[in-house]
Amino acid sequence: MKKSFIVLAFILAFLAYSGLGAAPVSAAEIEITNVSYDPTRELYEEFNAAFQKYWKNKTGDDVTIVQSHGGSGKQARSVIEGNEADVLTLALAYDIDEVEQAGLVAKGWQARLPKNSSPYTSTIVFLVRKGNPKNLKDWGDLAREGVGIITPNPKTSGGARWNYLAAWAWADKQYNHDEKAIIEFITKVFNNVLVLDAGARGSTNTFVQNGQGDVLLAWENEAYLSIAERPGEFEIVTPPTSILAEPPVTVVDEVVEKRGTRELATEYLNYLYSDEGQRIAGKHYYRPSNPEILKEFGQYYDLSTQLITIDDPLFGGWATAQKYHFSDGAIFDKIYTK
Amino acid sequence: MAKSRTQAPSKHGRRGYRQENPYLRRLLIILSLLFTILMLVLPLVIVIYQAFGTGWDRFWAAVTNTFTLKALYLTILTGSFAVIFNTLFGLTAAWALTRYSFRGQGILITLIDLPFAISPIIAGLIFILTYGRLGWAKPILDEFNLKIVFATPGLVLATIFVTLPFVARELIPVLTARGTDEEQAAVLMGAGFFRVFFKVTLPHIRWALIYSVILCTARAMGEFGAVSVVSGHLRGKTNTLPLHIEILYNEHHYNEAFAVSAILVVTSIVILTARSVVEYLSRREGDDVR
Repeated sequence: MKKSFIVLAFILAFLAYSGLGAAPVSAAEIEITNVSYDPTRELYEEFNAAFQKYWKNKTGDDVTIVQSHGGSGKQARSVIEGNEADVLTLALAYDIDEVEQAGLVAKGWQARLPKNSSPYTSTIVFLVRKGNPKNLKDWGDLAREGVGIITPNPKTSGGARWNYLAAWAWADKQYNHDEKAIIEFITKVFNNVLVLDAGARGSTNTFVQNGQGDVLLAWENEAYLSIAERPGEFEIVTPPTSILAEPPVTVVDEVVEKRGTRELATEYLNYLYSDEGQRIAGKHYYRPSNPEILKEFGQYYDLSTQLITIDDPLFGGWATAQKYHFSDGAIFDKIYTK
Repeated sequence: MAKSRTQAPSKHGRRGYRQENPYLRRLLIILSLLFTILMLVLPLVIVIYQAFGTGWDRFWAAVTNTFTLKALYLTILTGSFAVIFNTLFGLTAAWALTRYSFRGQGILITLIDLPFAISPIIAGLIFILTYGRLGWAKPILDEFNLKIVFATPGLVLATIFVTLPFVARELIPVLTARGTDEEQAAVLMGAGFFRVFFKVTLPHIRWALIYSVILCTARAMGEFGAVSVVSGHLRGKTNTLPLHIEILYNEHHYNEAFAVSAILVVTSIVILTARSVVEYLSRREGDDVR
C-alpha cells in the first residue's frame, strides 16, 4: 500500500509539474516573424525596438517581432518547409527567388521595394589578425601558400557566395577573362580554407573566438562587429575591388495572407528605408542605401573601393550566377571536390 | 555489483587482484581519473567559472532574461510531454514484449532501439518531410489548422523520438528477470488486469521505472540536434534552452551563454543525484536497478 502510494505521489508530482508549464506566458499580441540571415542579429534587435515604438505611436498597438537567424540558404529552406515568416530579410536575392519558386512569394518581388528591395548594402572585406602578419592586401594574396582562410560554405551561406564571387571578379580582371586561370586561382584559394562553417556567424566564431586561420572573408558589418567586440586584436583590410552585396527584404505573401499581417509587415519593411531605419543600419556597419545617410557614416567605409554588382555582365544576375557557379555539379562543386 | 562480491574470494580476500600487477592497477586508475578530469570535470568547472566570470548581476540578468525564461519554460514543457509519453509507451511496450509472445517481437525490440542508433538530424528531417509545408501530411494538418514542425508539437515529437528507448529498455530486462509466476498466481486468484499490474507488477519495477524516467528527463532536457532541425529558431517561441545557448554564443554573448549553460549543468547534477538516491534506495530494498 505504502509503496504504491509513493508511485502515485510521483506521478501526481509530475502531472503538477507539467500542468504548471502549461500556463500561458503572455496574452495575445500582434506578432510578425522576421526570418533573417546570420549577421543581422544586432541590427534587427535595435531596429525592432525602434519600429515597435513607431508603430505604437502610429496605431496604438503593441507589436511583437519574432526573430530567427541562421545561414541564408538554410533559412530560405526552412521557410519553404513551413517556417512561417511574415518577412524575409536574407543575404541575397537568389535565396528569396527559391522561396518565390516554391510559391510563397509573388513573382517580381524584387521590384516591390526601392533599390532592388535592398535597404542596406554591404561588401566583402578581409578581417586579419593585428599587424596583418601575412601581409594580405588583395585577393591575389589569398592564393599564396601557407595562408589559412576561414569562410563559410557557399552552398549554405549567402555571405560565402559573395566571398566567392568577389574573388572571381578580381581574378577575371587579373587574368583577362581567362576562365581556366580564374578557376585555378579560386581552387588555390579554397585549398587554403581551413574551416568551412555553414553560416557567416559560425565562421566569425571560428576565426575570432577559436583563433583559427590568418584571414576571415567576412561581411564588412561582421568584420566591424568583431573589431568592436575584441578591440585591438584584428584589422580590416578592404581590398581595392570587391563586390556590392545587396541583401534584399520581402513580405512573404502566402504567410501574410493567411495571418492578415500584410499591412504591418509592409510597413515594417518600409521603415527600413526611413531615415531612422537607415541610421540604425549605418550604426551596425551596413551601408545605408540612401546616399545622404551613407555620407554620414563615411568615416567607416572605404568609399573608393570599386564595387562590382551581381547584375554586372560578368555574373548576369543571381539566377545565372547561381546556376553557373553553385548549383550541384557546377564550378564550385568541381573546385571543392578536387 | 552484487555479483563481483560473490566471485571467488581468494585467501587474501580482494588483495589477490592487487598482487597480480600493482603498477598496471595504478596506471589504469590514474588514466581513468585523468581522463575524467580532463574531459568532464575541468570543462564543467570552466562553464561555471565563465558563467560567473563577469559577476553575479550579469549572471542573474542572463538567467532571468525574458527569452531565457521562455526557453526554460519550453524545455520543461517539451521534456514533460516526452517523459509522460515515454513512460506510458515504455510500460506498454515492455509489458507487451515480456508478457506476450507474438510474431515480429524481435523486430519490435530492434525498432525501439532505433533512436539510439540513428543520427538526430535524420530524426528531425523525417518530421520535416512528413509534417512540413511540402510534407505528405500537410493537407490533413491544414484541414484541422494544426502546426507541427516549426512549432511546439514538433519540438515535443523530436524529443519523444530521441528519448523513446529509455523507459522500455530499462523495464524489459527487469520484467524478464522477474518472470510471470506471481502474476499468474494473482490471475488464478481472480485479480483483474489493473489489479495485477498495480499490486504485483508495478511494485517490482517501480525503481527501474523511476530510474529510467530520471534518465529520460536528463536526455530530454538537453536534446539539441533533432530539436534544432524542427525548431526554425524562432526566438521566444521555438527556442529551447540548448538552442538558446547556441544563439547567445553566436551573438557574442559568451558570459550569458555560459550563465544559461549553468542552468542545464545544475539540472544535470540534480538529476544525477536523484539517480544515485534511487540506486541507493533500490539496493536497500534488494531491487537493484543497476
